[in-house]
Amino acid sequence: MEIMLVLGIPLLGAALLALVGARRYAAELNVAVSLATLFAAAALVVRIIQSGPMTVANEQFFIDPFNVFLVALTALVGFTTAVFSRPYMRIEEEHGRLSAGRLRLYHSMYQLFMAAMFVALTTNNMGFLWVSMEAATLSTVLLVSLYRTRASIEAAWKYFILCGVGIALALFGTILLYVAAEGLLGGSGMSALLWTHLNAVKGQLGPRVMGLAFVFLLVGYGTKVGLAPLHNWLPDAHAEGPTPVSAVLSGLLLNVALYAVMRCKILADGALHSALPGDMLMGFGLLSTVLASFYLWRQRDIKRLFAYSSIEHMGIITFAFGMGGPVANFAGLLHMTVHSLTKSAIFFTAGHATQTAGTQRMDGIRGLLALHPSVGWGLMLGSLAILGMPPFGVFTSEYLILITAMRDHPWATPILLVALAVAFAAIFSRVQPMVFGDTDAKPLPHSPALVPVFVHLVIVLMLGLYIPPALAEWYRLAAKLMAG
Amino acid sequence: MATMNYATQVLQMLAGALLLISFAMLAERRSRRLVTLLVWQGVVLVASTALVAATAHQTHLYYSAAITLILKVGILPWILLRLMRKLGIERDNEPLLNVPTLMLVGLVLVIFAFGLAQPVSALATTITRRTLGIALAVVLLAFLMILARRKAFTQVIGFLALENGLFFAATSTTYGMPLVVELGIALDLLVGVFIFGIFFFQISEQFDSLDLQHLESLKED
Repeated sequence: MEIMLVLGIPLLGAALLALVGARRYAAELNVAVSLATLFAAAALVVRIIQSGPMTVANEQFFIDPFNVFLVALTALVGFTTAVFSRPYMRIEEEHGRLSAGRLRLYHSMYQLFMAAMFVALTTNNMGFLWVSMEAATLSTVLLVSLYRTRASIEAAWKYFILCGVGIALALFGTILLYVAAEGLLGGSGMSALLWTHLNAVKGQLGPRVMGLAFVFLLVGYGTKVGLAPLHNWLPDAHAEGPTPVSAVLSGLLLNVALYAVMRCKILADGALHSALPGDMLMGFGLLSTVLASFYLWRQRDIKRLFAYSSIEHMGIITFAFGMGGPVANFAGLLHMTVHSLTKSAIFFTAGHATQTAGTQRMDGIRGLLALHPSVGWGLMLGSLAILGMPPFGVFTSEYLILITAMRDHPWATPILLVALAVAFAAIFSRVQPMVFGDTDAKPLPHSPALVPVFVHLVIVLMLGLYIPPALAEWYRLAAKLMAG
Repeated sequence: MATMNYATQVLQMLAGALLLISFAMLAERRSRRLVTLLVWQGVVLVASTALVAATAHQTHLYYSAAITLILKVGILPWILLRLMRKLGIERDNEPLLNVPTLMLVGLVLVIFAFGLAQPVSALATTITRRTLGIALAVVLLAFLMILARRKAFTQVIGFLALENGLFFAATSTTYGMPLVVELGIALDLLVGVFIFGIFFFQISEQFDSLDLQHLESLKED
């Protein structure tokens, strides 16, 4: 029942917001819909804690510790982003960058995007997983080109073609998965596509076909995770879209895509009886981390800078999941949570910094602390958190990942450390003059909604100091599930 | 058994036709003819799906053949042709670099596809499993086309050809995905083409052309 609410409320909200259009209260309605979704997600969490994993609607949907935690995270960030976007988009409209009609498109597509992600997270059907991942792309493409500038159209086109081709590969992988399972589970019904059924027989799936299928699925969904060398669309789409869209793309969509990869990895692990899937994840993850951290140096645009930082962090998480084992999986899940919260908080402050300075170029942004102390502090603390400074939660997860790497794969540790150090130097040297320094810019007309930023950062701080036992237990269950 | 063999042979011929059309697309300069080739690909897909449905007694494949007929032979080409007329690019020629090299790369891709498909074909139980190599080749050739072309419109055609290859792969190895999933995929495809259409207008409005060479300002700097 709760699951239907989680899926239904955003869908209904999308339709409502399309009808409401450009009326003054559309932004408030968007917040209300997101809040309702958050409540539904909370109810779902309570339900799962009480009664354990379950399948719903003829086994088409299923909830277990792994995805219920992502559902809760997605609903939370979806709500805070809606709160942030209310004044942000209003300022954009006053600056003349958006018309009323585009705001309608924005609000409606925002909810549709949330709905697509919830379906992707909760569906039990690998075919629907593909369909909803594609739907998530389609609903955000027009949001990336919302400003209709040349650069934004180009970014959206790149996003569309690259992710379209990538996701086509994932479809081929899904077909191969179906081929492998059909002989065991029967071809006529849905059974051979249901993840729970596949998971039950994964030891008997043909290893050669499953190996091939996993390669296609990894490359396909990996394109959406932003894994190098398929990351090209990500910085453009994040930099050119409106800031709330950058925040949800970076904080949520990447997680959902990685979730899809992990579901496939659990099956491939069982079928292949070898370390190959894990090794592939480790390779892609390490490559992304290293490449992204060096690319960070070349960035001039604040949102591109943090987009590359997202690639770096997705690389770290992928690497952790590739190592496997209870500690690394635990750390990967924790890192998913803290990255998503921190990165969206950073995008919120970066968005307002951009509006204050009137440019996204970092050398044009100065003296945030003097103009809007809350924006300045938010950006500074957020950057310190994402760079893995203790006592924030990112430190905890990166520390766990590093010590696991040191134990199991010592060769990888220096590479990771160098990448982290390079990223630290690159980001810190850019953020420092933006926050301090002198400026003659004028403050913003509407006071920015920065409560979400500090809510996110406080949660990240808390996760660094003290993980509540219930949450830790939850991560542990999910980590166990991922170990197969 | 005799009819089965006969049907298999026809199917293999249809698969061959699909591959030939892919090569023709790779070398075709005129956008108008590319759409025609895409329609032919759709027709071949409908014919092969219906034939598999008849010989293997898979009723749900009749439905997916019908969906393909409506979507790929009807609606999509209609949208594409309308777009071409509205944007005034019906007579557009696209200069192609090095057709012989493109063909050679294409050949290598076909061989690669056959090699890759071997273990899967051995496992599949369908009467059409031998054609999986061809399906994969069609997918890879469509990739090559997307990479080699510079115009937004031709890239979209490449994208649709890619989807045709995937559809053929699904019918040839598994008698198609479950119908509901196929409906979902078709819906995504349709929405995708609508968005492509919106994009064409945005691009041509901003850049006065659908040539993607103008779209190269977002470089790393």
